[in-house]
Amino acid sequence: MTDTPAQQVAAPQRSWYKRNEIAVTPWLFLAPAILFFAFYVIWPIYQSIAISFYDWDGLGEAQYVGMANYVELMDDSAFEVSLWNNLKWLLFYLLAIPGGLFIALFLNQTVTGIRIYKSLFFFPFVLSQVVVGLVFSWFYLPNEGLLNGVLGLVGLGPVNVLGDPTMATYGIIAAGLWPQTAYCMILYLTGLNAVDPEQIEAGRLDNAKGWKMLWYIIIPQLKPATFIAFVVTIIGALRSFDLISIMTNGGPFGQTRVLSFYMFEKALSEYGFRMGYGAAIAVVLFLIMLVFIAYFLWSMWSEEKRR
Amino acid sequence: MRFTTKSMLMALAGTTMLAGAASAELTGELKIFLDTSNPAPRATMEKMIADFGAEHPGLEISTTVIDREAYKTQIRNFLTADSPDVATWYAANRMTPYVSAGLFEDVSDLWAEPEIAENLASTKGAMTIDGKQWGVPYTYYQWGIYYRKDIYEELGLNEPSNFDEMKSNCQAIVDSGRKCYTIGTKFLWTAGGWFDYLNMRTHGFDFHMELAQGNVKWTDDRVKETFANWRQLIDMGAFVDNHQNYSWQESLPFIVNGEAAAILKGNFAVAPLREAGLDDSKLDFYQFPAINPNVELAEDAPTDTFHIPANASNKEAAREFLRFVVSANVQTEINNGANLGQLPVNAQSAVDDDKFLNEGFTMLSQNSPGGVAQFFDRDFPAEMAAEAMQGLQEFMVFPDNLDDILARLDKVQERVYK
Repeated sequence: MTDTPAQQVAAPQRSWYKRNEIAVTPWLFLAPAILFFAFYVIWPIYQSIAISFYDWDGLGEAQYVGMANYVELMDDSAFEVSLWNNLKWLLFYLLAIPGGLFIALFLNQTVTGIRIYKSLFFFPFVLSQVVVGLVFSWFYLPNEGLLNGVLGLVGLGPVNVLGDPTMATYGIIAAGLWPQTAYCMILYLTGLNAVDPEQIEAGRLDNAKGWKMLWYIIIPQLKPATFIAFVVTIIGALRSFDLISIMTNGGPFGQTRVLSFYMFEKALSEYGFRMGYGAAIAVVLFLIMLVFIAYFLWSMWSEEKRR
Repeated sequence: MRFTTKSMLMALAGTTMLAGAASAELTGELKIFLDTSNPAPRATMEKMIADFGAEHPGLEISTTVIDREAYKTQIRNFLTADSPDVATWYAANRMTPYVSAGLFEDVSDLWAEPEIAENLASTKGAMTIDGKQWGVPYTYYQWGIYYRKDIYEELGLNEPSNFDEMKSNCQAIVDSGRKCYTIGTKFLWTAGGWFDYLNMRTHGFDFHMELAQGNVKWTDDRVKETFANWRQLIDMGAFVDNHQNYSWQESLPFIVNGEAAAILKGNFAVAPLREAGLDDSKLDFYQFPAINPNVELAEDAPTDTFHIPANASNKEAAREFLRFVVSANVQTEINNGANLGQLPVNAQSAVDDDKFLNEGFTMLSQNSPGGVAQFFDRDFPAEMAAEAMQGLQEFMVFPDNLDDILARLDKVQERVYK
């Protein structure tokens, strides 16, 4: 590069970037993430909402139908079943949090071989959901399954968990709880490492023990772990798909479907050619998720503000 | 001179053209997508394609085999985005979404050629939509009742020829502590087979097709009669318990272990049953018995097909491949017992000398005057089939829900056939 007279004149004035460095640089660093987020998250959300106003088989011409897909949803018993099942998932999946906490408390001690016990408890989380689903569906088998073997020993009649429309969803949730509890356990185990021993000491001096110690001293200090456990469990509940697909394929007669599975069936599966209807289901699921996302963001934001 | 890939390819093309001067016409690439992922069909297809390649050395053939279930959802992607030149699929209404979206090539010209027109006439109807043909069949197979001959002999039963005998046989089997029929309805379509037969036997082929086309309501009294017949079997305890938990493969152990005496299934069930140890002295076949003596017998015989995607790049070679697949010799070869073990579509082909293939061929060619249906989920539009099969499964578990189910299906029907 050679200096030209013009540059020499401009030299005292700093370049535009130099002048705006403080304001621009963060955005430059954020740019790749923003681009990807816009392209892979925001744009598809917009597209889903747009498609939900059309009647489209995914192959031919799309036809604008306005709110018709949503109107039909209101009157669709399969949709209602899926929505209720989603609520069941949300509610009962949360059992993973106290479950994980108690296993973590139990394992938070120093005895020989504790690392092995910890790994054994953690091991279901490492398994693929597909494997978990298969193992549990064998466990539940109506005649040969282990569950009925055990029930038979104590004189209880055979139950067909996955074949009974009233029980099947709970059966799948129980299968999902196995790895999810392990996940929460590991979160709490790391959380327990950070518990302040001085506060426990102080609590002891004030004669706190047992439940009171847990409730007033330990659990408040585990709040960050609880929050993360809550977030991952809620997200896990709303994303439940693999287990349902493996264990019951949505059956018996559609009674174990959740919204994500129903959307898949309507839009993408072997017989599903209703992209618009599937997109409408996806939008409803998105709105449900939005409630939680808003709550998470709000609580993280208020946490930040307090610092 | 620069060596570019292009110039290399051109040089290569030049030499292959010289070498293949005898059958000069076909060059370029031929991409074939198959759903024949089970070991035996896969080997058969690969062998057949290799034979085709040997006849046309100028062609560069690539074959992709996709898992049979996954194929059903992937087809819409690869037909629109990255089209092969030849793809497998199923006949009748199963083609409709792709035909009406203009994704399958019209191959009526092939069907006008005497070679195909004369020898494949029997399957032409199943390949026709809007008066045009959209592909060629390569195999088909009969449905019917495969039963444990030794159990029937032990109980002194004969193959039933009407519904009363069917029921009395079943009563005897139930009394002996077994179930009459095994079935696994987890993936729903197996129940569609039972409905096909019960409906076609109760009201005939034409009525069944009227229902498939949406001209008859599900709440029609005649449809209810069909369900009433089905209910008689359910109430007898004819079907294995907990069938909603099993896939059709998982339902086979019941018949293998002798806990159930029979299964209503396509001929593809024979291979796994034989493998599980049921030889011809234990396994036999009969046609689904008549229910209403006034209707002509009609059968399910699903046909598997080859198509040329509309976006294919080498349609000329693809057409030649289709001609090759349906030719008499190839049909005889690929459908024999060592390969697909099914029925050839070409009238000039020989049916392999296998007990079940012979019985099936005789049944379809001589004792199916009412007509030949494809199968529930191939004759009914996809969405109707999906909802209906779910209803059929529910009916088999809770027969009392019938009115509710039929009302629901009416609603779906109104939307699907508008």
